[in-house]
Amino acid sequence: MNVQKTKYTFPNEKGKFGVYGGKFVPETLMTALYELEGVYNSLKDDPDFLNELSSLQKDYNGRATPLTYAKRLTGHYGKAKIYLKREDLCHTGAHKLNNALGQILLANKLGKKRIIAETGAGQHGVATATVCAKFGLQCVVYMGEVDVERQSLNVFRMKMLGAEVRPVSSGSKTLKDATNEAIRDWVTNVEDTHYIIGSVVGPHPYPMIVRDFQSVIGRETKEQILEKENKLPDYVVACVGGGSNAIGIFYPFVEDESVRLIGVEAAGYGIETEKHCATLTLGSPGVFQGMNTYLLQDEFGQISEVHSISAGLDYPGVGPEHSFLHDIKRAEYFSATDNEALEATLLLSKLEGILPALETAHAFAHLNKLMPQTNKDEIVIVNVSGRGDKDLNTIIRHLGDRI
Amino acid sequence: MSKIKEHIEKLNRSGRKALSIFLTAGFPKEENFLDLARYVLESGADMLEVGIPFSDSLADGPVVQQSYHTALQNGTTLEKTIKAAETLTKEFDKPIILMGSANPVVRFGKEYFVKAALEAKVSGVIIPDVPVEEYDGFFENKFNGLDTILLTTPTSSEKRIKTIDSKSGGFVYCVSVVGITGVRNEFKEDTIKNIERTYKTVSKNKMMIGFGISKPENVKTFSPFCDGVIVGSAVIKTVMNDNNKFEETRKLIKILSDACNQ
Repeated sequence: MNVQKTKYTFPNEKGKFGVYGGKFVPETLMTALYELEGVYNSLKDDPDFLNELSSLQKDYNGRATPLTYAKRLTGHYGKAKIYLKREDLCHTGAHKLNNALGQILLANKLGKKRIIAETGAGQHGVATATVCAKFGLQCVVYMGEVDVERQSLNVFRMKMLGAEVRPVSSGSKTLKDATNEAIRDWVTNVEDTHYIIGSVVGPHPYPMIVRDFQSVIGRETKEQILEKENKLPDYVVACVGGGSNAIGIFYPFVEDESVRLIGVEAAGYGIETEKHCATLTLGSPGVFQGMNTYLLQDEFGQISEVHSISAGLDYPGVGPEHSFLHDIKRAEYFSATDNEALEATLLLSKLEGILPALETAHAFAHLNKLMPQTNKDEIVIVNVSGRGDKDLNTIIRHLGDRI
Repeated sequence: MSKIKEHIEKLNRSGRKALSIFLTAGFPKEENFLDLARYVLESGADMLEVGIPFSDSLADGPVVQQSYHTALQNGTTLEKTIKAAETLTKEFDKPIILMGSANPVVRFGKEYFVKAALEAKVSGVIIPDVPVEEYDGFFENKFNGLDTILLTTPTSSEKRIKTIDSKSGGFVYCVSVVGITGVRNEFKEDTIKNIERTYKTVSKNKMMIGFGISKPENVKTFSPFCDGVIVGSAVIKTVMNDNNKFEETRKLIKILSDACNQ
């Protein structure tokens, strides 16, 4: 097979993806960031480490996840063939465990006994609580009060797994504020604590490390589609909040020019309103939570209060690598509203027997716009980043009379 | 020579450690912030750090966060903050420093910010989320004429402290403890050891100690190992519960200032 390739070597040694990324954090954390980077660089190509991680991914996480042909969804649109990458089948119900497993091994190597994490939808919190239970480490999860309420099932799960969930009441009481509090905790307890960031955000080396751990999604996908169809996909579609599931599936395809990479952000009540999270569609660059990246902010540089029905996408920033891929036009970014995501949740449930997370549903909602542009001989892969059981409260509230 | 450094040196020569007070611009109210700042400077503060409110400040504890939140609700902007600083530099022959997170400055435009700050006769800037690694890209040569004050922490290696000293102007901000801003009930012994180490390493600039300092006893404890001290959260907290003449705040500044006399 002869495929056009473009070399891609980001981030650079300063943690920059073009102008994005970097290490915009208080001095207290710099030494810990270097330690983390050092340990990661010494392990990332180490066969023992890779074997340990890969057997955990296989025997504990349940990888490789399947690539499922979506026959009825394909028939519904009557255009390109649609395949689903089934991260919803990972242990704990979303792609988040891919990263948490990798990072808990790093924490062990760093000798850190206390783990902290932020969570929005609760999926990363659950994944972190899970690996802490498995490895016997203390776990504190920061979660915005709004999310504690709308993702209450995940709060119970985390507690059952032995984690302490600390509700955050500052700011918009969502993912951004949980992340602020987690960073402040890390600044205070850096000497014995490792911060497992859940997305491709924050200061370098986090966006790189989380990407590398999540890119198992894209590596498997590539292998699986070549096996099934003997060619690369034409489109890879994923939802984007911070952007870890999207980067995970995009990254192994980034040098394959023919593959169009499509990220779908949350448009909340609509991008014409002020209540959305369409950071790359409507934001502007700035410095936030350790990184230079696109942000939703006001004219004075204050971070906006954003909204999405899905707690995992309810975030005013985005991973710096997405900002870069957006600027160089290697990936394209669109958005889907709360209502479009709810409709897509119903559609996928009815046609494929898969109840997606509300985050994931945004990627499916975009198929209404994408599929009419495709041909029957093309292939679309959608990353099913997580399953929707956790969202039943929200779904019942909005669609109860139709179910 | 840096106005800040000269000012601290003069105080040190007269047998006094410098007292720098942090206040949030536009707090407690937009209309009485300047009165508060005047009281603080008249009651014994040798310098003033004017905080630029930000919605998502990483290095700050609950007290400063709360003051930022209130100031933003009061409609405080960076432009108004610089205007307030200008009023103070006209009235007082004491260094006025702007302190805050990177993003409001980026959004304002770094060139515009420097120009406006210099016109306002501001002496320096402290931006805690721009560490040495980002220094060159962020400040470039644009900040000529403004002292860029970087921070050291107990986690900074000696090598880093040296780099921080070389990139800083005026003084090096020595963060006393591992953590965010806010009052500490006690300081551990290794805190002092670490400050001593930093004070020995900093050579180009003066060194001021901040974070956690709230009372004269703290000033006395740290005095042998610094050229001055910085008090923020303790003052903001007092302002929050004070009357409109700021009597308690003035008392606090007075006793802190007295403790700075050796």
